[in-house]
Amino acid sequence: MLTKGMLAKELKINLGLSLWMVFLTFPLVALKVDYLDKTLVWHLDNLLWVALSSFLISGVWRYFLHHYQPKERLNTGHRFSFAEALANEKAMLFFLCLLSISPLLTSTYQTSILITAMMYIALGLGLNIVVGMAGLLDLGYVAFYACGAYAYGLLNQYYGLGFWQVLLVGGFMAAFLGVILGFPVLRLRGDYLAIVTLGFGEIIRMVLENEEELTSGPSGIANIPKPSFFGAELSYHQNILFLFYIMLAILLLAIVITRRLQLSRIGRAWMAIRENEIAAEAMGIDLTKTKLTAFGIGAFWAGVVGVVFAAKSSFINPASFAFHESAIILSIVVLGGMGSILGVVLAALILVLLPEYLRFLAEYRMLFFGAIMVIMMVFRPQGLISRMRAGYDRDPEMNAGENLDD
Amino acid sequence: MSTDGFQYFLELFFSGLTRGSIYALIALGYTMVYGIIGLINFAHGEVYMIAAFVGLTAAGACSIMGLGTISILIIALMAAMIWAAAYGYTIEKVAYSPLRGSSRLAPLISAIGMSIFLREYVILVQTADFVSFPSLIFEIADFKFLGGYIQPTEMLITLVSVVVMVTLFLFMGYSKSGKAMRAIEQDQEMARLLGVNVDKVISLTFMTGSALAAVGAILISSHIGQINYNIGFIVGIKAFTAAVLGGIGSIPGAALGGLILGLTESFATGYVSSDYEDVFAFSLLVLILILRPAGLLGTSTQEKV
Repeated sequence: MLTKGMLAKELKINLGLSLWMVFLTFPLVALKVDYLDKTLVWHLDNLLWVALSSFLISGVWRYFLHHYQPKERLNTGHRFSFAEALANEKAMLFFLCLLSISPLLTSTYQTSILITAMMYIALGLGLNIVVGMAGLLDLGYVAFYACGAYAYGLLNQYYGLGFWQVLLVGGFMAAFLGVILGFPVLRLRGDYLAIVTLGFGEIIRMVLENEEELTSGPSGIANIPKPSFFGAELSYHQNILFLFYIMLAILLLAIVITRRLQLSRIGRAWMAIRENEIAAEAMGIDLTKTKLTAFGIGAFWAGVVGVVFAAKSSFINPASFAFHESAIILSIVVLGGMGSILGVVLAALILVLLPEYLRFLAEYRMLFFGAIMVIMMVFRPQGLISRMRAGYDRDPEMNAGENLDD
Repeated sequence: MSTDGFQYFLELFFSGLTRGSIYALIALGYTMVYGIIGLINFAHGEVYMIAAFVGLTAAGACSIMGLGTISILIIALMAAMIWAAAYGYTIEKVAYSPLRGSSRLAPLISAIGMSIFLREYVILVQTADFVSFPSLIFEIADFKFLGGYIQPTEMLITLVSVVVMVTLFLFMGYSKSGKAMRAIEQDQEMARLLGVNVDKVISLTFMTGSALAAVGAILISSHIGQINYNIGFIVGIKAFTAAVLGGIGSIPGAALGGLILGLTESFATGYVSSDYEDVFAFSLLVLILILRPAGLLGTSTQEKV
């Protein structure tokens, strides 16, 4: 397929691209100014790495760009296939069984990492409702997460309320905040919505940082208690184990509820809005109500997970709720395939566990996340697992999808 | 007492003017790109940040070679503009151009990804800490304007910004490329039929916008005296606010929006509270988008199906 001439041409182009990258990165990578000695320090070896890696990357990139045309762009769904659905169900069940026994097999440290992974899955599921299903790009999702965490931290500090009392309260407070913040931005188009929600997220964080009398500012709230087990004193290990099963229960609930919602009237209304707002409105969907429900339910899960986060780390401060946290959750949704539940689960596991076990990659973690978002949008906008769309002409499949949830 | 109050007012006014002109410079990049392809270039703030780092390296290299202040400033400006334009061009080619014609959400997510990538890239190859930036302008502008109410650097920043903006207006209004940009803005398909090389003009728009951001980056970094990887994020959002305030897509709008935002911020921090400096900009943004989404100078177009 590739003739010799084409190959030579390709090589030439890639060589040119890698030289261009060397030029781009030159002032930041190769030159260091040493102000004390008044000398320039050259790092030409770094340039060599840049040249080599960009040569390879550009080759792969160009190959895929020309030979792999994504069949579907973001807005067109994938046909629902029965075998695929069954495989997904089985995969999900298998995964959940494995997860539920894993703390018995692994150490406390591993269990605690798994809790974090499950928290991100739940956050991803919540954001998936807003971004994946309803198509409202929310960049301030972390504000609701912060709301839940601070609800527990503050209610515990001032009123001595326990984990169980706050768990739902935190969720509902976040949902309330979601609806309140959702109201003014309803009229905005996608890109404006993104910026405004980003602004909201930052405002919430700054308020937490500056209202020192209430939230003790950047130094945060410490000594937040872990959930009690019917009043019994638990060791550290038992506490983590207990928290693991609480989080697992929350996660299961989140998965089941999200699935039910997805197939319900409101879920289909969300997807209709995502596909075409005007057409959806013309079909009789109440835009305000539908969008606010998406915001509210999405925020609810963030609030609940926020409470768990506060209990797990027993210390919270505004720095935990910066923009990059929203970005991580968003890249989970994007990588997983917008609107797909199994995709979100897989993506969260990959993005949370991989850096945890590949420690040497830790500092490249966010770099990797950024690159993933670009690469996924260019090559596979439908995500790892493309979402499935039920069709009316294949009734058995619809029923299959519903029965398996029960 | 009242003269003190008046002096305080003037100080706030001029510092607001300075901020405003910088916001306007960066807002122009947003507004030009939005006007031409209807995309919010999230990575624009990151280009600004990278330009500041390039300028820092260039200024450091020049000062070691023992050049004078003015030549250092000029070389740093040139280097920052060239590399910013190169980054803008590359970002467009990598993250946006393959996505042309897809849904609205895809390029936006790709832009956010690009922005995160560039921030992390700078943290990795440079540093995550604040680094001090030499005050290039101060030594040049060390003389008194208006009886000392306005700092000389502020005056110079405002002047340079105004000159750059006027040049841009002339470029957009009279040059062939400027006309092509406006043609694409009005009707991309028609412009293509009439022989405008759309891809080239879009690249040029990105490069021009990035170079303007680079001018802003050098001026303000030199004024403030320190930079880090995060400067692009806040400034980017504020400049975007300015662009929206003036009506996104409108070039005079971006200038006006920048000035209004700069003055608002300056007075709000001066008279109300400095803790919430950044909150004012965000609140302003939210208010405009809710009350008048088309902005001050923008025209609201009814979407037709």
